[in-house]
Amino acid sequence: MRRLSRALGPAGGAGALAVVVILALALVGPFVAPHGAAERVGAAFVAPTSEAWLGTDQLGRDVLSRLLHGGRSMLLLSCAALGLAYLVGGAIGLVAALAPGPVETALMRPLDVLLALPPFLVLAVLATGSGRGAVVIVAAVGLANIPGIARVVRTAALEVSVRGWVEAATARGERIAAIACREILPNITKPLLADAGVRITTAISLVGTANFLGLGLQPPLADWGLMIAENRSGLLLQPWAVLAPALCIAVLAVGVNVTADALTQPGRRYGGTPAAIEGGRQ
Amino acid sequence: MPRDPLLTAGPGRHHPFLMLCIRRSLAGIAATCAVSLLVFVGTDLLPGDAADVILTRSASSGGGTPEQLAALRAELGLDVPWPQRYLGWIGGLLQGDLGSSLVSGRSVTDVIGSRLGNTLVLAGTATVLLVPVAVGLGLWSGIRQGRPGDRVVSGVAVAAQALPEFVAATLLIAVFALIAGLLPAVSLVPPGTSPLARPEILVLPVLSLLSVMAGQSIRMVRARTSEVVRADFVRVARLHGIPERRVVWRYVVPNALGPALQLLAGSISWLVGGIVVVEQVFAYPGISHELVQAIISRDVPVVQALAFAMAVCTLAIYTLADLLVVALVPKLRTGG
Repeated sequence: MRRLSRALGPAGGAGALAVVVILALALVGPFVAPHGAAERVGAAFVAPTSEAWLGTDQLGRDVLSRLLHGGRSMLLLSCAALGLAYLVGGAIGLVAALAPGPVETALMRPLDVLLALPPFLVLAVLATGSGRGAVVIVAAVGLANIPGIARVVRTAALEVSVRGWVEAATARGERIAAIACREILPNITKPLLADAGVRITTAISLVGTANFLGLGLQPPLADWGLMIAENRSGLLLQPWAVLAPALCIAVLAVGVNVTADALTQPGRRYGGTPAAIEGGRQ
Repeated sequence: MPRDPLLTAGPGRHHPFLMLCIRRSLAGIAATCAVSLLVFVGTDLLPGDAADVILTRSASSGGGTPEQLAALRAELGLDVPWPQRYLGWIGGLLQGDLGSSLVSGRSVTDVIGSRLGNTLVLAGTATVLLVPVAVGLGLWSGIRQGRPGDRVVSGVAVAAQALPEFVAATLLIAVFALIAGLLPAVSLVPPGTSPLARPEILVLPVLSLLSVMAGQSIRMVRARTSEVVRADFVRVARLHGIPERRVVWRYVVPNALGPALQLLAGSISWLVGGIVVVEQVFAYPGISHELVQAIISRDVPVVQALAFAMAVCTLAIYTLADLLVVALVPKLRTGG
């Protein structure tokens, strides 16, 4: 515990606490919600009362219940997208580092083009090509992250691949896959983690944006991004229906970023790699 | 480091910068071609084509007969193989024909028409304000690294950077429009007038864009500056007794700004997505309403044209930033 708090510092500690609170809210929320996500409890846009602590939304559903139900989808989609991106991007980066020459060029050049494409356009193109839905969000957010991840993994793996223990493994005649998994991967976790914070923030942001614009999940599903979009017309009457999910997303995103920033400060555990800052929001 | 043969040998030797410009522009054109292919393939090759979309929309009783589908495909030119359709699309783009909407039948140029100007006003204002804010605050806090001023700026930047645009915009509306009542919550522009005629409607959209983009740009400039401040040549300059003000302006600023420019270009690529969201939140009459509607109704030609245009803008900005960096930092011209 003390090691953890030393690794984070005061700001990072507050950020981590905020993330844990929102995660708990999103994961446990559906079990403790007083009403169902689609259940109507009264008139539309009723201000907070002792019955409905956060009031009701545009269809008369309980905002608090929908808030408790609506966090899971954002977390799930972000995790799925990043999992996909790390799997594919990591594999590409490792292969590119271990097989220089034409293979590397064939793998990395197309990714360079993808890297120059704004993430929103990747989403727009895929959503047009195959229709709206959760799968498209995962694919688009994953695809937008693959080039950056492949680059970070390749750079880190190239640095490690000239070390003695990798050469020893090569000399022992081990297969490339074994070298990649056993000798290289365990030794590049530090730059990968330094880069991960920005990616999580970006993924949350893009998933939320897709749902807000109506390109992903569809009503009547409860989702924080969707809740903001559908209750915006009642902002003057019942601001809590919009502000509550907005604050949840804000606290989660800021919390993740502050924690990651604290961990990657020079002198801290994962510090010293400017990649996290340079990588920006790719 | 091996020298670039194009920069050191041949007739280009005396004009390395010119050669670099040509090389970089060619690379940009190649990337543009690749992007056009990506956009076309992404929107057109995935299962389900425009004919399906039109028929499911027109016939409320679930699509048309296979014969109708085939006839419509032939009419839309969808029965030819995709490489041919791709070349046709590119040929049209080169002649200024962006295609026409599947939904309304109007040409894309017509659909976007007057709205493009509004979007450019918003994007331009945000960019023009972004550069001085990012560079100024980034340099300022990078030079005084670790002191209270830097901590405040960096802390705010880390928080602002993380916010999705629609959340930042919603929170800004809540504070400035609902609680304070200072600014309008929506940015309606009567048709035929310019948003610049009523600058107050631009304030919140621009602030939403800036709060997110400036956060990351400030951090990038700050990171570069704090690196340069600790470099040997800056230490030597100080040891020589050069006044601090001159050390900053002569040695730190140019060396910190060069690389930071490329990173600024990166934030502009994020602006492309941000502006769509912000326009939606404030009901601002730019191109994003058409774009989002086109995505939802799978109006392929409109999305293709708009996505390609936005991608070309991004690539152009990246290329320009690369060349500007080389122009600013002479060392890069010979480094290869």
